[in-house]
Amino acid sequence: MRFLPYFLAGLAFGFVMIKSEAASWYRIMEMFYFQSFHMFGIMMSAIATGLTGVILLKRFWHPRTLDGESIVIPQKAPGRYNYLFGGLIFGLGWGIIGLCPGPIFSLVGMGSVGALAALAGALHGTWLYGLAKNRLPH
Amino acid sequence: MNTLLAWLHAPWPWYVSGPLIGAMVPLMLWIGNRSFGISNNLRHLCAIVQPRAVGVDFFQYNWREHSWSLVFAGGAVLGGFFAGVVFANPQPINLSIDALTMFSYWNVPIGGGFLPPVLFDFNWLSLLVMFGGGVMVGFGTRYASGCTSGHAITGLSTLQPQSLLAVFGIFAGGLFSAHVITPHLFSIFW
Repeated sequence: MRFLPYFLAGLAFGFVMIKSEAASWYRIMEMFYFQSFHMFGIMMSAIATGLTGVILLKRFWHPRTLDGESIVIPQKAPGRYNYLFGGLIFGLGWGIIGLCPGPIFSLVGMGSVGALAALAGALHGTWLYGLAKNRLPH
Repeated sequence: MNTLLAWLHAPWPWYVSGPLIGAMVPLMLWIGNRSFGISNNLRHLCAIVQPRAVGVDFFQYNWREHSWSLVFAGGAVLGGFFAGVVFANPQPINLSIDALTMFSYWNVPIGGGFLPPVLFDFNWLSLLVMFGGGVMVGFGTRYASGCTSGHAITGLSTLQPQSLLAVFGIFAGGLFSAHVITPHLFSIFW
């Protein structure tokens, strides 16, 4: 039962990934060629909603989590090169396969063999990073 | 009832789906002070399968403490099944005219609207491309400690400068490969 809220949130997220077509290779290419507002609209309205939601959550609405803890926004670890270079490498892959990790999971649920291959690749890539971590600039 | 069903089958416009994605950030905070994101699960999955004898530091931690995240990813897989199979969109994807022109020039059929048939079909070359791209996605997201959800959505909506740097990298990388690599990729399939 403790995990039910996470499961429902994941279910909603996976559903929206498909319904928004953010999981579509075609939409991602269209975005990188600036041929439609669709993906930019999703990104910008998502960030605006997230920002507003976090402010409302902290200041006005529910001051506690479901477990009764006070709300603390997790902070990203300090770093510079890891964010830039990591983002670059991820972006290079994204511009080819048109899938970022969220859509990979949702498309696997659709039974996509291509997405399954991407997931297998992503797990190997994650593994490679784990091996190379200490030799990379962060 | 019919309207609801039609709405569940149809794709959702950006002003519906964008706010729903953004709402994940306060939702995950409210549920349990979690940072909305999904790519950490790739690390947890590696940690689960890592044999004791191998022992790469990065995967030596108690992944059970992150079970909530794996449950979230499981939900996302099932959500994909519902949205893409149970409530599949019967119409072809509604791309812009510019994009349609470009894809016909690239010789890429539209197919089901998610992955081009050449990348979707079971053939070794396309699986190799998807796998290779996946390696970059997996390596990069762990190096940057997050993907589009963790950085572009969560990081930017909680005003974290590291995420802005990551998003800059992601977009620069994507622009490069989408313009320089991907258009030529399809010539090897035909």
